[in-house]
Amino acid sequence: MEENKNDIAPETEEVVNSCNVEAAEVEDTAADDLQGEALGDRVKTLSPGRTVLKRFFRSKLSVIGLTVIIALFLISFIGPLFSPWGEQEPDTTRKMTLITQEIKYYIDGEQYTAYSLAYQETDNIYADPSWNHLLGTDERGLDIFTRLMYGGRVSLTIGFLVVIVETLLGVVLGGLAGYFGGKVDNVIMRITDILYCIPQLPLMLIFSAVFNGLEITSIIRLYYMMGILTLIGWAGVARLVRGQILSLREQEFMLAAKCSGLSVGRKIFKHLIPNVMPQLIVSMTLGLGSIILTEATLGFLGIGAPPGTATWGAMIQTANDAYNLSFLPNFWVPPGICITLAILAFNFVGDGLRDAFDPKMKR
Amino acid sequence: MFKYIVKRLLLALFILVGVSLIIYVILRLMPMNVLEANYYKTHTKTDSSEEELLALLERYNLADNSFGGIIKGWWQWITAFFAGDLGVCWTNSRPVQEVIFENMGVSFAVSFLSLFFELIIAIPLGIKCACNQYGKLDYTVTALTMIGISFPSFFFASIIIKIFATDLGWFETGGLTTPSLPVDTDGFTVFINQCWHLVLPVFVLTILSIGSMMRYTRTNTLEVLNADYIRTARAKGLSENTVVYKHVFRNTLIPLVTTLAGILPGLFGGSMIIEQMFSLPGIGRVAYTMTNNGDIPFIMSYDMFIATLTVIGILLTDVMYVVVDPRVKLGK
Repeated sequence: MEENKNDIAPETEEVVNSCNVEAAEVEDTAADDLQGEALGDRVKTLSPGRTVLKRFFRSKLSVIGLTVIIALFLISFIGPLFSPWGEQEPDTTRKMTLITQEIKYYIDGEQYTAYSLAYQETDNIYADPSWNHLLGTDERGLDIFTRLMYGGRVSLTIGFLVVIVETLLGVVLGGLAGYFGGKVDNVIMRITDILYCIPQLPLMLIFSAVFNGLEITSIIRLYYMMGILTLIGWAGVARLVRGQILSLREQEFMLAAKCSGLSVGRKIFKHLIPNVMPQLIVSMTLGLGSIILTEATLGFLGIGAPPGTATWGAMIQTANDAYNLSFLPNFWVPPGICITLAILAFNFVGDGLRDAFDPKMKR
Repeated sequence: MFKYIVKRLLLALFILVGVSLIIYVILRLMPMNVLEANYYKTHTKTDSSEEELLALLERYNLADNSFGGIIKGWWQWITAFFAGDLGVCWTNSRPVQEVIFENMGVSFAVSFLSLFFELIIAIPLGIKCACNQYGKLDYTVTALTMIGISFPSFFFASIIIKIFATDLGWFETGGLTTPSLPVDTDGFTVFINQCWHLVLPVFVLTILSIGSMMRYTRTNTLEVLNADYIRTARAKGLSENTVVYKHVFRNTLIPLVTTLAGILPGLFGGSMIIEQMFSLPGIGRVAYTMTNNGDIPFIMSYDMFIATLTVIGILLTDVMYVVVDPRVKLGK
């Protein structure tokens, strides 16, 4: 079992917050003693689900993570309703903007650069952060804060959809492979081997080139990208499920299930899969963080959502421009912080859940 | 052991064939006129270039877009691949091998240096953390680790470029050599100049990868510290230093071998995003441009190169496990 855990996520193996858990436990016991509850209350056994929840909420880091996730969700999905600006709706207040143009020319093989400066009447572009625009406006006069919220919608929705679908696929295929073994197992595992060896980022780039060739540029492109991420991602889940089921199917309760004459589907999905649930939930939470990261990377490389759509990754892309990078941090720092916060939060929650599910931890 | 390795090699071959088939079929979804347009982006339209294009199309059987045609084209590619002929890049008409090996140096230097620093910093710190579990150092390091894991590489690189290159002006924002360097500068100055340019990319890569390695070491060390033989070592009166640096340290390294599998592709394959951000002339950056241009021969070879490295990495991991830990026996 330890082996398997290593397989899933070696880097997130260690428990960050176990100390907090212990500290909290000690406090709890002390508080219980002081209150002098009836003995009956104290020996009352909690259901496994309640125990997990109780342990989870004891760890400070997991609670912080959960709070951050909920906050990000609320801001992304409810926030835009209260914003006076839209995702694609420029602030058309007229103002005079200094437009700088770089002109490069050569005299006798040496390069000279000239700058043409001109005031032009434009929309309210490149506005500084103010009460009207909390994070200012971008080069098209769009409110950055509002776009940040819309970007959160895209990232979080994609994260959840991809992780849920890939887990379902992985559970079914991994379950079949683990239960039947033999040829079925061989075929499914060889497919996961192949998927594991295909480099992810280059593959997404290839798809992007193909989509460009096929001139798929609308929002459908994003759906296709999600589909591809799902088709690659199930392999990891399938490996995890298979590994667990291989050891579970040798246990006595499976013999009992066999003796009761249960159907194969019932044995797999009612008896084996629920036993893998803890690991699955942990891997889903950690997977959410990595999908958000992947989506942001695609957005950053400009190969995810169609141009113009607000996504966190695409907003950081503005940092590729040297001028934006040094003079307009309000363009790219906020989305970066959002991505980091989201990934960090999902990692905290995932770690907290892992500890909470761990039967080796007491209470 | 020999039988096992042969079996694994056959499996590796199967995986590589599968990977190439998948990537090839995806690439062929691209319509023909795009391929032609990409070709003429870098070639002027003359009779000779038209002939060359036709020859290329013929060679990879690209004109036939039926299912049978795609499979035939793939077969032509894979047979040439195993014969050692990777073909010619479309965009610059140069042999693929040449392009890959020419750009691999910088990528390898960056990855190798960052790997070196990663191991040198992460392993001792990880062990130290485990020995003083729940101490101040442990907490600081764990928190930093989490942040390192969660930072997207491009965001972190942007911040570093902004602070150290544009604001403080200590380094240049990108490139491998300063463009204004005189042509007749001696080799040593150029070398120093290049090293100076590599500082930021190596720093970014090290910081980003250090976290997971440290966590992994810490976990392993904690496990080893609880082992019976460590209790025995302490019981027979060895000093704590001997216990930690001789008994614990060596056993901590065993599971680290598994990380080999992940290191190998990164070491030679370059890192697309970091090279892109620092505009380093490495293989990752070339692959990024070539892939965007739909250069089929290069894309196929590059992805197969990475896949091969991954497969070898996995195989090496399994074999190394037996080498470093005599308790492990290869099954089947």
